[in-house]
Amino acid sequence: MRIAIIVFPGSNCDVDLFEALHSVCNTDAQYVSYREKSLADFDAVMIPGGFSYGDYLRCGAIARFSNIMPEVVKFARAGKPVLGICNGFQILTEAGLLPGALKKNNNLKFICKTAALTVENNATLFTKQYHSKEKIYLPIAHADGSYYAEKNVLSQLEDQQQVVFRYADENPNGSLNNIAGIINERGNVLGMMPHPERAVESLLGNVDGLRVFKSLLEGKVRTKEASR
Amino acid sequence: MTIKMEMSPQEIKQKKPYLEWGLSEKEYDYIAKKLLGRLPNYTETGLFAVMWSEHCSYKKSKAVLREFPNKNARVLQGPGEGAGIIDIGDGQGIVFKAESHNHPSAVEPYEGAATGVGGIIRDIFSMGARPIALLDSLHFGEIKDSRTRYLINEVVAGIGGYGNCMGIPTVGGEITFDECYADNPLVNAMCVGIIAQSKMQKGQAKGVGNAVMYVGAKTGRDGIHGATFASTDFSDERETQRSAVQVGDPFMEKLLLEACLLLTSKHQEWLVGIQDMGAAGLVSSSCEMASKAGSGMILELDNVPQREDGMSAYEIMLSESQERMLLCVRAGFEEEVKKLFHDFGLDAVVIGRVTEKKDYLLKHHGQVVTNIPVASLTDDVLEESSREKVPARIIKRNEQPTWHPGQLAVGDVLCKMLQQPTIASKRIFTETYDSQVRTNTVVGPGSDAAVLRIRQTDKAIALTTDGNGRFVYLDPFIGGKIAVLEAATNLVASGAKPLAITDCLNFGDPNDPEVCWELHQAVKGMAAACRQLDTPVISGNVSLYNESNGTAIFPTPMVGMVGLLENVRNYLTPTVKSVGAQLFLIGKTGNDFAGTEIQKMLTGKFSGPLNDFSLTDEVKKMEKLLQANQEGLLESAHDLSEGGLAVALVELVLHNQLGLSVSVDFAGEQLFSETPGRFVVSVAPQNVAAFKKLMGTDAVLIGEVTSKRECELTYQDGKTVLNLEEAKRLWEDAIPCLMKSRD
Repeated sequence: MRIAIIVFPGSNCDVDLFEALHSVCNTDAQYVSYREKSLADFDAVMIPGGFSYGDYLRCGAIARFSNIMPEVVKFARAGKPVLGICNGFQILTEAGLLPGALKKNNNLKFICKTAALTVENNATLFTKQYHSKEKIYLPIAHADGSYYAEKNVLSQLEDQQQVVFRYADENPNGSLNNIAGIINERGNVLGMMPHPERAVESLLGNVDGLRVFKSLLEGKVRTKEASR
Repeated sequence: MTIKMEMSPQEIKQKKPYLEWGLSEKEYDYIAKKLLGRLPNYTETGLFAVMWSEHCSYKKSKAVLREFPNKNARVLQGPGEGAGIIDIGDGQGIVFKAESHNHPSAVEPYEGAATGVGGIIRDIFSMGARPIALLDSLHFGEIKDSRTRYLINEVVAGIGGYGNCMGIPTVGGEITFDECYADNPLVNAMCVGIIAQSKMQKGQAKGVGNAVMYVGAKTGRDGIHGATFASTDFSDERETQRSAVQVGDPFMEKLLLEACLLLTSKHQEWLVGIQDMGAAGLVSSSCEMASKAGSGMILELDNVPQREDGMSAYEIMLSESQERMLLCVRAGFEEEVKKLFHDFGLDAVVIGRVTEKKDYLLKHHGQVVTNIPVASLTDDVLEESSREKVPARIIKRNEQPTWHPGQLAVGDVLCKMLQQPTIASKRIFTETYDSQVRTNTVVGPGSDAAVLRIRQTDKAIALTTDGNGRFVYLDPFIGGKIAVLEAATNLVASGAKPLAITDCLNFGDPNDPEVCWELHQAVKGMAAACRQLDTPVISGNVSLYNESNGTAIFPTPMVGMVGLLENVRNYLTPTVKSVGAQLFLIGKTGNDFAGTEIQKMLTGKFSGPLNDFSLTDEVKKMEKLLQANQEGLLESAHDLSEGGLAVALVELVLHNQLGLSVSVDFAGEQLFSETPGRFVVSVAPQNVAAFKKLMGTDAVLIGEVTSKRECELTYQDGKTVLNLEEAKRLWEDAIPCLMKSRD
């Protein structure tokens, strides 16, 4: 599987994502500049965390206008897998690929710590290796992670099992319905504030994020075998 | 904007505006008579004032700094460049430096702290290194003061705001509190980078005809005379000096970082030298680059990218606008360099050339505005030998009876001690820093030292910053030794061998002979410890004039130390791992109460003489402990510092559900003694024999890890059982509670 990692000016978790995919999962991952205009050679697209354009306007609000974004939208509309992590999630909401918005944390501060999560939906491309309602721990590192959406949107997300990850134990940022990650209706675009790419090696004390990538990668392998 | 008429050389001589810029009459006369043979004009006088400030020239501290060892087989680059570099093998080097931003942070704490971080990051990537970690050392007044709470909130936000956006993890540091820092907080930041030794850069401008290129942010009027500002005492008029504080743009710096690293790693043949425009901006970077190579330089100031209209030559040269670098580019590659930077959306402009004559020539609006020898700015500064005087408090200290806490209700005292801000949990602050980005952080904030793995190797580095005011205040020489030893014990407790240090020397007004004596003695003590540990001082800075309305801070040298683990799997943390593990205290416990946390808590001040100790013995002990760890004998290790053994024991079980049973053969008060160079380690039962054999009399068995969530402490004059959940709650809640107070 060939995965594009989109790099915007100010992205800074691109290396972490690359290492998780390349060094840990042994996958073909490529950095793709925000200036590029094609994603033709790729099987999946991932948008890393960081501070695209310094987050000087609303997080992700400038990045969505870059060259590559119409391609990402096209890629998503074609049903191919797209994963946005942290700033990537914010960009996906700004681009309209996911509903709602990420507001400033309710304590108005950047928070970097390990958050307890519940896997709410393990029937997605990105979560099939987790158990349903499994409790996992992933790092969060953001200042704007408080998920907000209109009431009707929230109830639709809940009704259609589009909430994939929910904060357990405590809600660190004020997200509505304790939402930490959501998927689109079609089930191919996942956005999440926690950082699975930071939790893929036992040396760093946590491997709970590894199965986000394994679910996607090994899922693909299985389809190939099935089609043979 | 109105254009002010600049004074003529004659008017300068008569009206002496340079006195306000920090240049003395003696220096001015020397420049006019001996160096130039004519009166300097307005711009030139400004250049001299800033280049001859203590911040840029170290004229008052140079002689003392020469006492530091700065070489050994591992040192690839010592002091004199943007940062020092040490060899860690495999063709790689670790680049690091610390710098203070005390004065800006006192006036405009958010931007002061943020630009302090930005500046130290540029020092690292100006060497060609990828910055991989940030640490800080912060010293504030007491939290009960509302202005201090404001300073803390803003400084912490500034550090996080810059580092988080840059994607460089803030992995460690320290925060302490004492009244003496109330009006003059200390904000020291350290940055650590990694470099392939073949890509090491220098800040030099050589080769006649090569281009001097300006890259990065545009120049504005911010931060003019920042270096001079940092070289004067504070008074209540400081509010008017706000324009001397710069404003940071971490997004711009992220772009600049990536562009510069692309240049230094992929296109070395285009580049001759690179330097950060830090203190004293364009003037210091350009004349230092020329001076280091023995070259001359001509600059066309009209070509300098400017953010504001009508800037004078003086303003352009002295601006400390952030996120700018100066390059010396081989003639013929100017267009390639421009294109590289333009791809990142950054300005890159040829503003001058390297010349044969060793002159520093500046042109503005077609006029020559400066024409002076390069060396007059950098090398000819009048070094000042300082008069030293032993402070009265030091002379008198032996007359005072040695202070002892006496018999204590150990449990109650310990609970109170865990709530002292210097000891209590700092999570409320460190949680606002991204400590994990770049995914190398094996051990992050809150441990003795941070541990980062080095990718593609088995190795790891350990990093710590330790500022020490209270001991240095009581005895600068012994305190200086302790400052370095404390950093070393932090690294050893993490399993790392100490390699080298950087420092920030935060002291008072150097015109005060007592301050000069303190500085000299502290440096002597630090140097002695560095020699014994074989940890040379490879970079650093001096921050003098840390006074407010005539009262100096505690003399506070900050040591940033880097250590190496040959195998990352050997890293250690304070937290004990298993029930039944045996606890050993390493090092003898004396009656060391002067300058301790318990003295402050019970008497409200620090007093008395410090006991000296043998550095040779300390080094031997640490080497044995490192060997024990390499042989796999240790499960955990923690060095003893503020609060002594009592606090250290609680810290072993803050992050798990275990307990301790401990019995010591000394009095309860000594549980709070802060004898330097001690550790508490845990050893699995099957390794106890081997460990004892190796450590000999340096290790004393004091107890074991239990499954009961309490700390049972037996000492000569009593016994205490501490509920650990309660203790943990006190330790965790103390600072959040204090920060919430309103008055």
